[in-house]
Amino acid sequence: MNEKLVTVGIADCNVVKGTGKLVTYALGSCVGICLYDANSRVAGLAHIMLPDSKALSQNTQTKKFADTCIVELVKMMEQLGAKKIFIKAKIAGGAQMFAVKSNSEIANIGARNVEAVKKTLASLSIPIIAEDTGLNYGRTQYFDVETGQMIIKSGLNGTKVF
Amino acid sequence: MSIDKIDNLNEMHIDVLRELGNIGSGNAATSISAMLSKPVNISVPIISIVDYNQATEMLGGPENTLVGLLLMLEGDVRGIMMFLLEKDFAHLILNSLLGQNLKSFEEVDEMGLSALKEIGNIMAASYVNAISSMTGMSIDISVPEISIDMVGAMLTVPLIHFSSVSDKLIFIQDKFCGGTDSAEDAQSHILLLPEVDSLNNMMEKLGLSI
Repeated sequence: MNEKLVTVGIADCNVVKGTGKLVTYALGSCVGICLYDANSRVAGLAHIMLPDSKALSQNTQTKKFADTCIVELVKMMEQLGAKKIFIKAKIAGGAQMFAVKSNSEIANIGARNVEAVKKTLASLSIPIIAEDTGLNYGRTQYFDVETGQMIIKSGLNGTKVF
Repeated sequence: MSIDKIDNLNEMHIDVLRELGNIGSGNAATSISAMLSKPVNISVPIISIVDYNQATEMLGGPENTLVGLLLMLEGDVRGIMMFLLEKDFAHLILNSLLGQNLKSFEEVDEMGLSALKEIGNIMAASYVNAISSMTGMSIDISVPEISIDMVGAMLTVPLIHFSSVSDKLIFIQDKFCGGTDSAEDAQSHILLLPEVDSLNNMMEKLGLSI
């Protein structure tokens, strides 16, 4: 097992071409977005934390937000030869880790993240072909460039392949 | 000088927080020890201002599965309190209270979850009471919510909550060790994550506003 494994941290994104795997660990209410152009075999993975970059005034980290990070990731993929019209998305995460009842952001941030991701992808005309979002548990997300599979591992809920 | 960003805490602030952590966790350890009829030791609290990655590393890596209890603090001190229990510590609780023998987290049933929540409630109440009587501030705690999951996923909750203020978290981390034979293994952590304005209030009440 010496295949290339590229780790994507929180509020970050990265790309690979040809072979290898992308991984991001322990998505809670964050959302992980795998983008893949099967033609050029370019894949990207983004791990966003918050829905909207315009909600914060001091906005230095574009990779924290769904709206800005996805756009950036698509650009990075295009630089490696991907074509936007071929890019498809598989997304995971957006859970509600604790059943907090209050009105607070904690209660619905996961759902808002998923919604923002979908909106951004729609605006870029990128179709979502697989999705494992919501519910109440954390997920580690792998993307295998060779097979185009998204693999989701969770603490107590097993492993699923999309 | 008031604290506008948690990155600006000085040594004196850190000392005060360490003392608060000490008193809070001392009180909490006494309660839990009485409830379990077992000795529970605490370590000197670690105060750290860390980013998400450092925080998860301190707690065994992002995929380390723990029992997490989350409580919201309201009133004069607002913020988040989290208890993170290692499997052996959860076993200690379930074994003492329900006679269960916990081999893996999959086995925790409704009864177990409810017992763990209750322990969280008691620990939080005694922790917060100690801070409350020391500072004269009134602090309310919410009912604990529980999750058994990857620590990385659970920590995104406070991270997102505080993300409009800072990308770093202030950790007042107390380690609890229970049991006599395997003291090192049966660990739990208390994390107290106050809002910045509440932090200022606490400092002021303790005469440190300067």
